[in-house]
Amino acid sequence: MDNPLLMALRLIAAGDPALLQIIGLSLRVTLTAVLVACIVGLPLGAALALGRFPGRGVVVVVFNALMGLPPVVAGLLVYLMLSRSGPLGPLGLLFTPTAMILAQTILILPIVVSLTRSVVEDLWSEYGEQLRSLGAGRVRAVPTLLWDGRVSLLTGVLAGFGRASAEVGAVLIVGGNIAGHTRTMTTAITLETSRGNLGLAVALGIILLGLTLTLNALAWGAGQWARGRLG
Amino acid sequence: MKHSRRSLILGLAPGLSLLAALPAAAQTFITLASTTSTENSGLFGHILPIFQAETGIEVRVIAQGTGQALETGRRGDADVVFVHARAQEEKFVAEGWGVARLDVMYNDFVIVGPAEDPAGLKSATDAAEAMGKIAAAGAPFASRGDDSGTHTAEKNLWAAAGVEPAGAWYLSTGSGMGATLNTAAQLPAYALTDRGTWLGFQNRGPLGIVFEGDAVLFNPYGIILVNPAKHPAVKVAEGQAFIDWIVSDAGQAAIASFTVGGEQLFFPSAN
Amino acid sequence: MTAAEPILPLVLEGVGFEVAGRALLSGIDLRIEAGRRLVILGPNGAGKTLLLRLCHGLIAPTSGRLRWACGSQRPEAQAMVLQRPVLLRRSVAENLAYPLALRGIPAGARRAAVARMLDRFGLAPLAERPARLLSGGEQQRVALARAALMAPQILFLDEPSAALDPSATRQIEEMIAGFSAEGITIVMTTHDIGQARRLAEDVAFVHRGRLIEHRAAPDFFAGPDAPEARAHLAGDLYW
Repeated sequence: MDNPLLMALRLIAAGDPALLQIIGLSLRVTLTAVLVACIVGLPLGAALALGRFPGRGVVVVVFNALMGLPPVVAGLLVYLMLSRSGPLGPLGLLFTPTAMILAQTILILPIVVSLTRSVVEDLWSEYGEQLRSLGAGRVRAVPTLLWDGRVSLLTGVLAGFGRASAEVGAVLIVGGNIAGHTRTMTTAITLETSRGNLGLAVALGIILLGLTLTLNALAWGAGQWARGRLG
Repeated sequence: MKHSRRSLILGLAPGLSLLAALPAAAQTFITLASTTSTENSGLFGHILPIFQAETGIEVRVIAQGTGQALETGRRGDADVVFVHARAQEEKFVAEGWGVARLDVMYNDFVIVGPAEDPAGLKSATDAAEAMGKIAAAGAPFASRGDDSGTHTAEKNLWAAAGVEPAGAWYLSTGSGMGATLNTAAQLPAYALTDRGTWLGFQNRGPLGIVFEGDAVLFNPYGIILVNPAKHPAVKVAEGQAFIDWIVSDAGQAAIASFTVGGEQLFFPSAN
Repeated sequence: MTAAEPILPLVLEGVGFEVAGRALLSGIDLRIEAGRRLVILGPNGAGKTLLLRLCHGLIAPTSGRLRWACGSQRPEAQAMVLQRPVLLRRSVAENLAYPLALRGIPAGARRAAVARMLDRFGLAPLAERPARLLSGGEQQRVALARAALMAPQILFLDEPSAALDPSATRQIEEMIAGFSAEGITIVMTTHDIGQARRLAEDVAFVHRGRLIEHRAAPDFFAGPDAPEARAHLAGDLYW
């Protein structure tokens, strides 16, 4: 087996277009899914933190549990929905990046919701009285608390990104691993493993980890800078 | 200040989502459900560009196990199904999911195993006897166990040998050809594999071909157009164009010209 | 209800607060007049903070009622400063602008009001600093300035300088005196008897959830009636 680290460096240096296409698709799918999950999940998590309604405890537990939803199960559910024989069949979204984004959003959403709920709950217990005194009720406090907790919320977002960029079960089922169209880093690694090209598979894994590491380092740096500037 | 930052993020979001949802540039394509072993052999990488150059139609391959590929066809998520499990293919057509089944090509299966051959397959005269020797010796055997064409062929061989495979030596991996071979290489164990996957497989470890050549090991492929009566969204014209091409002289020649390490893997058999 | 309509006097009638069968406050009859400085004294656990929160409307009494002169349940023209300043993770100026933004005041008017307040209390150099990185005294001054920006008719302060050093305490007391001079009613609790003597026009003494004495400050400090109040002034521990 060729040294995978060297293989990884050679692949990057060569700028192989197929590799770049795969990396580009992986980032596009996961980052879009993170964005959608945040748009839906941040207000939802905050509402869950501050809301008082019957069954709230059940909802909290369900979202916590869904953080452990197996990616392959999420993929299967989306597949059954988007299949031509399924309810959303006419949309023709199966085996497209959009289907992959949908499946990954479903995986990331519980993480964003649960961690946002936790952060906003803590912030409300710290700020609640003062905010009410200033005239901000629970509803109006949502954007205030989300913005105030932005550095902590970033951790939740990164956790969501990590989960999505690492998974293969969902994108494999709903994407179909079509060369040039729905092949991501993780599905490519699976493919090369199934071909017995273990060295290449590990090299791709090293590249994927490098990407994730870089992104997390950037986020950490941004968090430190923010902490220094804004307390 | 904080408002404009938030507006920027909120404004970008729908735009980015749309970007993700844009269909690929208006390229005509069909979806072909086939098997992982065919994809892994590299055949598609060789013949599909030829077809696309001639007709401008892109063929997008979804590579799955045979059972899953047929299910994909049944659900209407593919336009054409191209697998190697004759009985299941004919049932597919008989049940009305496919229009018709055509012969395309065949490849063959080989039995691989540890080089020192503890079950003594090298002395067997036919495939059924070889499988019988494995069972008799209780030598580890890695089966795909996934209702694929390969698995179906394996079951037929056990039946021909009069053996019901069960026991600690018989391992059902429930996975694709490559994963099963990885397992076999590790243990080591015997396995039934198509020659194409074997030739392309890098991680052989102590494994080598211990039995080949019996005619029952020949593995015929059939191609089927998914029935538009059941799934109106099927791309009939383009799908039929691919089927017509692959059974034509041009397509058959393309198949024959595909080699791995100088060896031809697939043998044209269209009528 | 416009901001100009007077909300005081505030009258508490038989106000009590009970939790799990325990009465933390009971039978409070109190009349808070406009424009005066009322200091609420009492030992720890007496219920001073609870009383403040009830008056401010953060919690509702379990018995009795509060009546504001304007008839509203919870008028807007009131503000509260907590013992430990609660500032948002933003700049000082943004913290000051926050309650104005809540009230829908447009950006230009907000900026102007904030600038005026910063200048008035010498906080202008701190305007762009992250509020949570300031010293305790600076943060409390910002919290107090923020409360004043809400144009309250009544300002509740819960031990506003309890955590501060003498110099910061003096700055806070000057700010409070300044607001009082503008006619804002002050209701504050404090541990510091000296501070009470400096600032109080009226004193309300609370002990074990009951309002024991309520008198003008000079009379109270000359010699309170209740033995508990006398013990408190003498600095004794009692219960």
